[in-house]
Amino acid sequence: MTLVQNVLHKYPDVGHDSLIPILQDIQTAEGYLSKKSILEVGKYLNIPASRIFGVATFYNQFRFEPFGKNHIQVCRGTACHVLGSSTVLQELEKHLKVKAGQTTRDGQFSVEVVACIGACGLAPVICINGEFHAKVTAQSIKEIVDSYKTKGE
Amino acid sequence: MDFTININNKSLVASKGETILEVMNRNGIRVPTLCHIKDALPTGACRMCVVEDNKTGKLITSCSFPAEPGMSILTHSPRVVESRKTIIELLLSNHPDDCLYCVRNKNCELQDLSSELHVTERRIRGIKNKANLDLSSASIVRDPEKCILCGRCVYVCEEVMGVACIDFINRGNKSIIGTAFHQGLNTSSCINCGQCIMVCPTGALTEKNHFAQIQEALNNPSKRVVVQYAPSITVSMAEELGMEPGVDINGILNAALRKVGFDHIFDSSFSADLTIMEESAELIHRIQNDGVLPMITSCCPGWVKYAEEFAPDFIPNLSSCKSPQQMMGAIIKSHFAAQENLRPEEIYSVSIMPCTAKKFEAQREEMTREGISDVDAVLTTRELARFLKLFGVDMFNIKPELVDSPLGFRSTAGKLFGASGGVMEAAIRTAYRTLTGKEMVEFQVPALRGFEGRKETKININGLELGVAVVNGMTNAKKLLDEIRAGKNDVHFIEIMACPGGCIGGGGQHIGTSDEQLRTRMQTLYRIDETERIKVSHKNPEIVELYKEFLGKPLGHKSHELLHTHYHQREVVK
Repeated sequence: MTLVQNVLHKYPDVGHDSLIPILQDIQTAEGYLSKKSILEVGKYLNIPASRIFGVATFYNQFRFEPFGKNHIQVCRGTACHVLGSSTVLQELEKHLKVKAGQTTRDGQFSVEVVACIGACGLAPVICINGEFHAKVTAQSIKEIVDSYKTKGE
Repeated sequence: MDFTININNKSLVASKGETILEVMNRNGIRVPTLCHIKDALPTGACRMCVVEDNKTGKLITSCSFPAEPGMSILTHSPRVVESRKTIIELLLSNHPDDCLYCVRNKNCELQDLSSELHVTERRIRGIKNKANLDLSSASIVRDPEKCILCGRCVYVCEEVMGVACIDFINRGNKSIIGTAFHQGLNTSSCINCGQCIMVCPTGALTEKNHFAQIQEALNNPSKRVVVQYAPSITVSMAEELGMEPGVDINGILNAALRKVGFDHIFDSSFSADLTIMEESAELIHRIQNDGVLPMITSCCPGWVKYAEEFAPDFIPNLSSCKSPQQMMGAIIKSHFAAQENLRPEEIYSVSIMPCTAKKFEAQREEMTREGISDVDAVLTTRELARFLKLFGVDMFNIKPELVDSPLGFRSTAGKLFGASGGVMEAAIRTAYRTLTGKEMVEFQVPALRGFEGRKETKININGLELGVAVVNGMTNAKKLLDEIRAGKNDVHFIEIMACPGGCIGGGGQHIGTSDEQLRTRMQTLYRIDETERIKVSHKNPEIVELYKEFLGKPLGHKSHELLHTHYHQREVVK
């Protein structure tokens, strides 16, 4: 049984209202919502793919690409914002050539924007694979990210 | 139960369940709307139709708010007008400023409303929408930059067509209307019917244009450029030209097309007659040889693609006949070419259709022979009007001319193809004659006429009780197909047209056509059927000649090679 079938197995005889719990379960199991699994859910619940995609993109919790080897969370909370996290994010996106929510083509990095990770004293702060990096700047972010790249290789 | 409400200090009668907008429309009070579609569940999304409730002082959306006894409404108070104006100003703030270059220039609801509400200066400056054109489809171009998110296309695609290939994606100010996974329309389940274009208030949805190729062919001396026009074109073009709705412009259309420089002008109603010869023969063959029944028409390329995607179990039921457009194309590039001593590639074949899906059909692989398409370019009714303007044809000062012969003469049965139920009526007339050897006493079948989404009747032919059904609008078709899956077995022959009303309401017709105008078009077709003499396809002298000279007999060897095809299940994102 595939991963999606495993999830759907838990939802016998359900209607359209079970869409979101199903999507959540798939994301938990798979890490993201793949095109294939969305199509499979659509067939199961008899909902057009465009509708499911519309619902899933409405909510921030769903992602459509797998996590990278290194997952970068950029804090965009108030304190970080005041100290320039928007330029940090911009610089990061430019450096990795991806937008927030996406994963680099080589699968090395994925970028996620989070509201506040509760480390305002360290602002602007980013978190890579659970390790915190304090007081990042538009300059230092590149070095930090690159150091993970070499680690990965 | 009726009661009175007060609108603009006048007492008006309203009935329970009516919305304020309906009461106003009935009484000639016009309030602008954008997201509103008649008969659809109101969404109240655009808020253009706000009116002021005098009692509570609140602004309410008249399209979704039910009239209540004792209500007092102001429709054009300063506050109301101001808020409507602000809505338009906000919509314009991120809308591209390229009206001069837009296909919908002078036929745009956003433009009309901004002029109506006296928007004369830019008060709100926003960042302009940035998005890529979706040129992937053979029929429809999507420009999300011009989209104002009214959602009418989403409604039509899902509720009327049952396709749902587009929906609202993302949230808040990032919302767009798009396909699943942001893929191109070509890989989506879109059936190219073009009904989304018909409801789009702006230029966000348009048909794919082939002007450049046609002009190039017209200016190429080594190309013979031929044109055919669909049965519904002559009765549906009037609005686009600024004439009285429902006028049949057959003669002047021939003259105009000659002025533009087309070398030969043919009438697809002729090939509609040809379709009937083949299709009625196929129906009789299926009935007499225990073939797959019910047989379903395959004239409508929107329906054919729908069947390939959503109802592949019905592909064996589809008639193997090509549509009239493709039959004409095939005859032109074979028989006509031979008569004129031309090679098929020396002919450039244009068709004028009320339909965007025909553009898709023309480029289908099944519709080519040895790599040469039977039809090279398709113009919609709208495009034809623009094309005629480009060539400076004055449609009001032009003498009617006759269509070219052969491949031009038609019976009125072929002409009826333009309206929902017409294919069925025409087929019954010829099938009756083939089975009984006699003509029908009364040709008209009133039960199959009119605007209903679904029409059904029984025809008695020599004791054979032939069950026939006619549906238009894909959701109606879906219901019928579901009933057949569940065991309904009293129909032998089904006509399915994707667009409401049939081709006269097609996705390539004049934008902003009212129901009343659609009815007039239908009446014009019926009037032609009543007044003209040759009412059956098998009596069309040119059809008789074509079979004698070239094709042999219906379902014969030549017919199979040129006029028949088959369809396959299609994998799309759905």
